[in-house]
Amino acid sequence: MLDVKLTPYVFVSPFFLLFLVVGMFPLGYTAWVSVHDWGLLSGQGAFSGLDNYRRVLEDRYFWNALRNTISIFVLSSVPQVLIALALAGLLDTQLRARTLWRMSVLLPFVVAPAAVALIFGNVFGDRYGLANELVQWIGLDPIRWHVDTLASHVAIASMVNWRWTGYNALILLAAMQAVPRDVYESAALDGAGRVRQFVSITVPMIRPTVIFVIITSTIGGLQIFAEPRLFDTQGLGGADRQYQTLTMYLWELGWRVRDLGMASAVAWLLFLIIIVFALLNLLLSRRAGAMKGHAKKGVRR
Amino acid sequence: MALTLAATAAACGSDDEGTTADGKVKLTVATFNEFGYEELIEEYNAMQDDVVVEQKKAGTANEHQDNLYTKLAAGSGLSDIEAIEVDWWSALMEQSDAFADLSDPEVEGRWLDWKTEAATTPDGALIGYGTDIGPEGICYRADLFEKAGMPTDREKVAEMFGTWDDYFEAGRQFVKKVPDTAWYDSSGGTAQAMINQVEYSFEDEDNTVIAAENPEVKEVFDTITANAADGLSTGLTQWSEDWTASFQDNGFATMACPGWMLGVIEGNADGVEGWDIANVFPGGGGNWGGSYLTVPAQGDNVEEAKELAKWLTAPEQQIKAFEAKGTFPSQAEALDDPALTGSTNAFFNDAPTGEILADRAEAVPFIAHKGPKFADINTAFQQAIQRVDEGQESADEAWDSFLADIERLG
Repeated sequence: MLDVKLTPYVFVSPFFLLFLVVGMFPLGYTAWVSVHDWGLLSGQGAFSGLDNYRRVLEDRYFWNALRNTISIFVLSSVPQVLIALALAGLLDTQLRARTLWRMSVLLPFVVAPAAVALIFGNVFGDRYGLANELVQWIGLDPIRWHVDTLASHVAIASMVNWRWTGYNALILLAAMQAVPRDVYESAALDGAGRVRQFVSITVPMIRPTVIFVIITSTIGGLQIFAEPRLFDTQGLGGADRQYQTLTMYLWELGWRVRDLGMASAVAWLLFLIIIVFALLNLLLSRRAGAMKGHAKKGVRR
Repeated sequence: MALTLAATAAACGSDDEGTTADGKVKLTVATFNEFGYEELIEEYNAMQDDVVVEQKKAGTANEHQDNLYTKLAAGSGLSDIEAIEVDWWSALMEQSDAFADLSDPEVEGRWLDWKTEAATTPDGALIGYGTDIGPEGICYRADLFEKAGMPTDREKVAEMFGTWDDYFEAGRQFVKKVPDTAWYDSSGGTAQAMINQVEYSFEDEDNTVIAAENPEVKEVFDTITANAADGLSTGLTQWSEDWTASFQDNGFATMACPGWMLGVIEGNADGVEGWDIANVFPGGGGNWGGSYLTVPAQGDNVEEAKELAKWLTAPEQQIKAFEAKGTFPSQAEALDDPALTGSTNAFFNDAPTGEILADRAEAVPFIAHKGPKFADINTAFQQAIQRVDEGQESADEAWDSFLADIERLG
């Protein structure tokens, strides 16, 4: 009797034990560091309370980084989830050589982010890049990808999207395949077209997976580092820090200013920001889903 | 899951233990840009039965330095030998405990006095072996000079660039004649060359930060930003993709070039004909960069690493590195070695680079003081100049935000 009760917990315990070591411990330790003077090389100093947080919040580069992060996050996550959804819908049809198509959308994901950044860094060269050659061929003025704030955000977001869209599409596709086919048949009998079926059946029925994808891409989107870091040789996100994200700002404090106390404070602030965004997204997508679910109740049953 | 973790940990571990599969000692040497060590390392490996050396090259000094700090803080993961550039040297001298004392009777008197002095701690430990120094000449594109109707012969060119004013004035004439080509490669590089001629630029003798008040710093800033407005600069950041590409695209006609830059130019401008180097530097002489090899104390094979560093920085080897990539020796004995003074560089129109750089080294009046904050302030200074180049801020705004950045660095 005891066995039956205990065994499941024993089986799940390795995850939680590991999580305690590799998840909770760093989180707690970062909090500990963030309330001390702590140099990268000199180590622990005096207890300083919330002073590091105050200094971070007073630093104009923190707010600048927050703005950049949110801008790049919106430019990447929103199109990413929408395109992934559409892509998954297309892959869910009776294509020839289905496996080939499905596997090929995952290809960008296999390439290391550093390699992606190198390739895109060349594509988005301000003067000699491929993207600008195209732009000029159309007859427009070259875009200063590394200089203009919005242009640099678009360039970085496209790196992120290139990498993650296919991955998200496959997750959504897996959920779509679990939707019973007879639902579509009855909808077709009722006269619903492909698009209508997709909007009214597919999307509502895979809602939990959509929420999962939105949350994970929120977490990822707010932590973007490698792409913008490698977009600039100095590593500070451009001469005007026009694309320095929060994680890059954290890195700058820790490894350039060599103040781990302040860097840890940023880490905690970022953690809180992510929680707020994730909850907000959960709430919004739940509400949107609930409205739709209510309207389509007849179809779902 | 625990099993996979343990397995990956073991896999990582075996890489760092400092021995190869067949039981040889494995040494890693971390460098950046071009040190000219490729053939030397092959030579060393061929000489040794029980040591295998491998080089890890970073693209830029900045990148290399970031990595060094990270692993220094972590207390592990550094290479057995780490190169360190002079701009960061003072900051790392404060961590001298992290590096092995390399003093050895065999190497006494090997380097120029100031090079050794800078690497000696107050307690008398020697923590770095000098590799190269960076005496600067002016590298130029003779073919583009010809297009602008300017003299192309390196002796004649040398006569034109006695002062910075002469050099910039020649640039103003040049860009009028050849409007699609800038005069020099980057505002940042030129500014750095000028800052290197200021004995106390960002910090004074006691390492108090004086960058904000120092009129010499402001003058460099004003000159460079005014030049950019006149179209003398490409407006690109050194080491960026566009900067690298501009070597292939007639992007600019001249650049301040310390010895180690010769290898960089040759690599970036591969296939471009017309490069030459003039035996002159505006404002007298200047030293830009140069490095040391250090042996981090955290390594497993400190003794073997020291032997290797000693061999790599011996005059004979440094001369070979110079022949490969232009890294000009900091070793006293190498300076009048015929192998150095007689050396020519085919890429630079067979210029007698050995002789030219030896002259340039001679012309350096003093070695600029670089305290522990130098590299950080310099980065902020370069960023400020870049903001003006890119039109994000006016010169006045950029200067003000530079002042705010200094404040922030504390």
